[in-house]
Amino acid sequence: MSGKKSLGRFLTENAVVILFLLITIAAIPSSGLSIQYILQEMITRLGRNTFLVLALILPIYAGMGLNFGMTLGAMSGQLGLILAINFNVGGVEGLAFAALLGTPVSVLMGYICGSVLNKAKGREMVTGYMLAFFINGIYQLVILYMMGAIFPIRSPAILLSRGYGIRNTLNLEGVRQSLDNLLMLRLGGYALPLATFIVIAVLCAFVIWFKKTKLGQDMRAVGHDMTVAESAGVPVDRTRIIAIIISTVLACYGQIIFLQNMGNMATYNAHDQTSFFAVAAILVGGASVKKASIPNVFIGVILLHVLFVVTPRAGQNLFGSAMIGEYFRQFIGYGVIALSLVLYAWRARKDALRAREGLRRASIAAAPEGAAK
Amino acid sequence: MPKSTPNIKQFVTDFGWPRIIIFFFLALLFAAAPFVGVRMDASISDVFNRFGQNGLFVLALVPMIQSGCGLNFGLSIGIIAGLIGSTLSVQLGLIGFGGFFGAVALALPFAVLFGWVYGKLLNKVKGEEMTIAMYVGFAGVMFMCIMWLVLPYTSPTMVWGYAGKGLRTTITVEGFYRQVLNEFLAIRIGPNFVFPTGMLLFDGLCAYLLWLFMRTKTGTAMTAVGSNPDYARASGISVDRMRTTSVIISTVLGAVGIVVFQQSYGFIQLYTAPLAMPFAAVAAILIGGASVNKASMVNVLVGAFLFQGLLTMTPSVINSALHTDISEVVRLIVSNGIIIYALTRKTKVAK
Repeated sequence: MSGKKSLGRFLTENAVVILFLLITIAAIPSSGLSIQYILQEMITRLGRNTFLVLALILPIYAGMGLNFGMTLGAMSGQLGLILAINFNVGGVEGLAFAALLGTPVSVLMGYICGSVLNKAKGREMVTGYMLAFFINGIYQLVILYMMGAIFPIRSPAILLSRGYGIRNTLNLEGVRQSLDNLLMLRLGGYALPLATFIVIAVLCAFVIWFKKTKLGQDMRAVGHDMTVAESAGVPVDRTRIIAIIISTVLACYGQIIFLQNMGNMATYNAHDQTSFFAVAAILVGGASVKKASIPNVFIGVILLHVLFVVTPRAGQNLFGSAMIGEYFRQFIGYGVIALSLVLYAWRARKDALRAREGLRRASIAAAPEGAAK
Repeated sequence: MPKSTPNIKQFVTDFGWPRIIIFFFLALLFAAAPFVGVRMDASISDVFNRFGQNGLFVLALVPMIQSGCGLNFGLSIGIIAGLIGSTLSVQLGLIGFGGFFGAVALALPFAVLFGWVYGKLLNKVKGEEMTIAMYVGFAGVMFMCIMWLVLPYTSPTMVWGYAGKGLRTTITVEGFYRQVLNEFLAIRIGPNFVFPTGMLLFDGLCAYLLWLFMRTKTGTAMTAVGSNPDYARASGISVDRMRTTSVIISTVLGAVGIVVFQQSYGFIQLYTAPLAMPFAAVAAILIGGASVNKASMVNVLVGAFLFQGLLTMTPSVINSALHTDISEVVRLIVSNGIIIYALTRKTKVAK
């Protein structure tokens, strides 16, 4: 009996991961891609995306759901990269320079985002999502109209021909894959960007360490129950803002790592899908709105990106149209987010109902005793 | 009058600073228009036209806000139903009013079905409706992208010429039902001003029907569910059924809305086009003074007019004045700013 129940529980709790695994396994043969090619792609994409996905963990820990406002950090990182190119700082120094400039901007952005989310308790996710749109407007205002017009730009090559505004696509030649190539390990035909993985490992260690600090424990308390935390003397609003600031700063670094691997930057669109891919990845990895761990991140990035690599080819081979594969992978991405949000909200309601029922039964059981006295 | 000051203060707090700023901004744009060489009659005609095109989308948000489901970020579900109806209508070769009402009639069963499923889903996730609605909408649009490619449509106006299958990204409704409502009883003054009487009458009719419905027993019950679900349940109203009904009505209005939009705009836009449409409607109703849990017909009217006025006037006036294309950015900041403003306002306790 209980074995059956725990299997059912395991299945519902990991429904998203299992479903995803099945789709992926089904899609691999029809893509016709070799396992070796897929493995190399995975190594590259792990290096490219993991840092960004890790940025989502702390806000989940603090009970603020999936931080769609991480896009703000991505925009700060892009601003840093634009300035690094402007001052012609190349190589790893260029990346460090971009990160250095991006840090204060992303701290400010994180503070704004955290304060706004504190005013929208209970609907953080949708508010964060809309805030990303709003700040995107400001970002465009600054980059497209003020750069070169109000803020001086030293390198005319990155300006639009009209004299102000940054070009739509920036060539990141100076910093292209500089972190990846810093310590490139070649093992039996595979290229392993060791330096990038070391950075990711350091971040993982940071997350694990941070959860054990006083602040990390406060976050957990806030995430568990805000009223209880407040009455226990935890500064709730401040803790939530700090969680978002850390997440935004990490997203800033993550976007820099992502873009140095890509080598090009679509100045006005590169951040559009940052939160979509990161959120989809962590959910595919088995995380929920309230619970996320480091293994979720790695499993998620691998599963999501295997599917992303194989679907366009599978679409081409099965339906004769690469567009179908392209739409399919976007459908899967959005669908996964919707599905896991639904499953989570549904389960949370069921738990609440069960708890209420239990309470009622307890009070009924207690009532006759009281009467007997 | 000593009472007027607190009244104005009350009005300002109720209406909110952002909305007042937007209102004055729009007034300023209208005032500045003649000086930068923008034709007033053409602009006003444009505002009416776009008001009519988008009015139903804004109206579609009202039932779900009233029943406590929040802002319908998944309006694209309704839009998809409308797109199925309109493509079927063109496929069947229906022309004129037959084409328009045919599209609406063919869309209705899909809208009711989708709305029912979507409503059932939202009932399972109370409290998280908005985020989930958004992603359900996105996923639906993407799923239909695949469907537009594989469904066996054959009408030569709609499928790609060289492949002979798969629908085009934009399909003209010229020769089918383009402008049938707009031209109905249209009033023309001079070469640049057209008042789209038929479309506004149709919008008005839909709004009137919804207004009547909200006053029936079911409509009142729906509002009760939104303002106090526990009280509603105690007085014997089925909360889930009311919510589902409101979602179905919203989805149907979205479906009709897109057909009205197409007949005025002249094109059916498929694939990823519906992705952004709900956000514009949400921004409009919020500019009109609605909140996340309360909306009225006045909010729809004022909001659709202000928002569409802003969309029409900012490009023409700002671009002629400053010679830049900054208006798109202004639109992004204003419309998303107002959504954030509404989301961050404390939910007011019923007075």
